[in-house]
Amino acid sequence: MTTAKLRPRSPDVQIYKPQLTSVLSIVHRMTGVFLSLGSVLLVAWLVAVVDGGDTYAMVERWLRSWIGLLLLLGWTFALFYHLCNGIRHLAWDLDFGFELRSIYLSGWTVVAASMILTVLTWTLGLAVLE
Amino acid sequence: MSDWKRHDPLNRNPATARSSALYRAIGLGSAKSGAHHWWVQRVTAVALVPLLVWLVASLLAHARGDHQVLALWLGQPAVAVTMAVLLMALFWHMKLGLRVIVEDYVHADRVKFAALIAVDLVCLALLAIGVFASLYLAFR
Repeated sequence: MTTAKLRPRSPDVQIYKPQLTSVLSIVHRMTGVFLSLGSVLLVAWLVAVVDGGDTYAMVERWLRSWIGLLLLLGWTFALFYHLCNGIRHLAWDLDFGFELRSIYLSGWTVVAASMILTVLTWTLGLAVLE
Repeated sequence: MSDWKRHDPLNRNPATARSSALYRAIGLGSAKSGAHHWWVQRVTAVALVPLLVWLVASLLAHARGDHQVLALWLGQPAVAVTMAVLLMALFWHMKLGLRVIVEDYVHADRVKFAALIAVDLVCLALLAIGVFASLYLAFR
């Protein structure tokens, strides 16, 4: 019984070669958790707008600090990634793109699209702020 | 559909009863709500696609706005309703997603129990606060 327990459970992350598919899958979960933290900020921001005055000024100051901007950048990428990969999941649910070739193609598309959308959003955002 | 189901849905033949798919499925839970989690995750996902595009675009458009501009924008009926719907879809989606993650990675019974309750309650609280704030800005 002991030997049976010691056998690695597949996929054992220590010996299993990372592939685009498995990496994108776990990143989907990680961005989901990270975005959950972002949702707390969204609600806090709404409350700050209601409260106005010092509360809003504090939140705004924090958002425009370098740590705030860095987190916002992270949340922007996480949002676009989760959104694009979510659409990929919905396509799978409709039975589209299950062939190995399509899975890799859509995977790389998600990576490229989320990066492009992040850069585009921040270019626009910083242009508005200028 | 497998053969046994077509010919003998109740599987009354004692010779095959124990090897049937029905026999193996009995006691493992309802077949009626098993896909509910999966389905709601999809419905909220589909709703969130346009809602989040709207949110990002709106935030970009108001990136320069001061407090008064934002309060006025958020206070418009259409914006407040859209924001409330967004929060509902978002926190429902988040609750379902975090539940799966807890179920997959937390194996100690008591911790798992506490984590699942916490996920539900935190999502509910955030939803309530967010929707209240949105509506407050609209009715102020």
